[in-house]
Amino acid sequence: MCGIVGIYFKKKKLHNKLGKYLSGMLDNMSSRGPDSAGFAIYNNDTKKFYKYSLCINDKSIINEFEVDIKNKFKDLTIKSVSDHLVIQTLSSPKTVIPYIKKKYDNILIVGYGKSIEIFKQVGNPKEIVKKFNLQNLTGSHGIGHTRMATESAITIDGSHPYSTGEDECLVHNGSLSNHNNLRRQLIKKGKTFDSFNDTEVAAGYISSNLSKNKSLDKTLKNCLTNLDGFYTFIAGTNKGFAVLRDEIACKPAVIAENNDYVAVASEFQAMAHLPNVNNAKIYEPEPGVIYTWGK
Amino acid sequence: MGKIEILDFKKNNLRKINSSLQNINHKNNKRDFVIKNPAGEHAICAGLKEEMSVIIKGHVGYYCGGMNQKANIYIEGNAGTGLGENMMSGTIHVKGNASQSAGATAHGGTIIIDGDASSRCGISMKGVDIIVKGSVGHMSAFMAQAGTLMICGDAGDALGDSIYETVIYLAGKPKSLGVDCIEKKVTKNDLKKIENLIELGNIKKLKPHNFKKFGSARKLYNFNIDNVSNY
Repeated sequence: MCGIVGIYFKKKKLHNKLGKYLSGMLDNMSSRGPDSAGFAIYNNDTKKFYKYSLCINDKSIINEFEVDIKNKFKDLTIKSVSDHLVIQTLSSPKTVIPYIKKKYDNILIVGYGKSIEIFKQVGNPKEIVKKFNLQNLTGSHGIGHTRMATESAITIDGSHPYSTGEDECLVHNGSLSNHNNLRRQLIKKGKTFDSFNDTEVAAGYISSNLSKNKSLDKTLKNCLTNLDGFYTFIAGTNKGFAVLRDEIACKPAVIAENNDYVAVASEFQAMAHLPNVNNAKIYEPEPGVIYTWGK
Repeated sequence: MGKIEILDFKKNNLRKINSSLQNINHKNNKRDFVIKNPAGEHAICAGLKEEMSVIIKGHVGYYCGGMNQKANIYIEGNAGTGLGENMMSGTIHVKGNASQSAGATAHGGTIIIDGDASSRCGISMKGVDIIVKGSVGHMSAFMAQAGTLMICGDAGDALGDSIYETVIYLAGKPKSLGVDCIEKKVTKNDLKKIENLIELGNIKKLKPHNFKKFGSARKLYNFNIDNVSNY
């Protein structure tokens, strides 16, 4: 099953409502995905600074880790949220990511970029939303996922969103059937994967395509040819997000759009609490058609 | 007509609301209900068994009016997947759009959708009449066995794939026809049926001759003319 949600604001004055609206959407989708949840928040671009969202699987190493990276990287600040750390530094992903991956087995880099912050955990979505204090977070757009595991185990590295490129993320409702083959092909091209999950492969495929053709539209069109299986995707970038359903369209999706926001979810229930949603334009994305906001 | 009873999802949960509709009080015989704040809840008005009128003020989730018998349900909003699934009789009228599989496996009654219906509308329908004033998505009337699907707009890919004896009346164009679905000649009998459906659906802009008829070529399944009255 799984539940996916996304909200994009058309007006800046609404940015302070992001956490409030997105947490309500995730709460309402916990029935579709009770075993894990996660979300990506896009807020003010930090210009020169990179943000790295890290999930710390072993708390005992935190002190040592913090001292280490403060010495190692330029102008580094640390924000701690539940079992996640968001570190901000001038050092680029090319130096930071290999360093952390090589030295710290128990730390999972869940996302990085100049705008994105990602938080994900195993457990009941309603509690996860509270743990990360999503209610009070702000930003221009956000994407979330509640998981009912099918293709890989219930672990943090099996939870969405998946981020495999700078400021990119992907949530997925469905299951892919050619992910093992595609993973092997991508590994040959130099991509690395943290899990056996199908969605991580789709995210890796999108990143690898996007770095070549620089167009989210083209990339998602390629997904229609090269990904086999069921999916409704919400793919996020620092500018906005795109929605795509496979051509059979077994997996649900509904969009509500008005002058203030665009909301996407697996079910209308997820957005029933949004202001004026009953008067918004409500429609289902058509199969195989790419919908993009915030180009 | 008795006083209208209000059922509010802000005050009651789904189980209580459905239970009060499934077990109406025969002493006061209230049969007019208004449901407020449905908020996309699933299975609203599922399993109603008696004549009554229910107006739902807002959008509903999956399987609204599923298994309905005799009740008239009016939805002032959109409906989720499986609207009127396996309905036996009665009427469901949606003011907005309906999601996938509207009227799936429904045996009887009438479903009217003022907006569009998405994919698989009338999948495996078994006798219901479905009137869609907008368009329908792909694989509509897939394996449809009996009843009528009227579409005032267009149809998506593979209309009527593997269809049995359901009749499709389409005013717009199908993107493609499914396996074993063909266009058929509109007879006088068809025109009468279309006229009735136009009246039932209160369709203003179309006349019976605007519709084309589609149905089974009867090459995919073992059709025997002696059994025609069973459909």
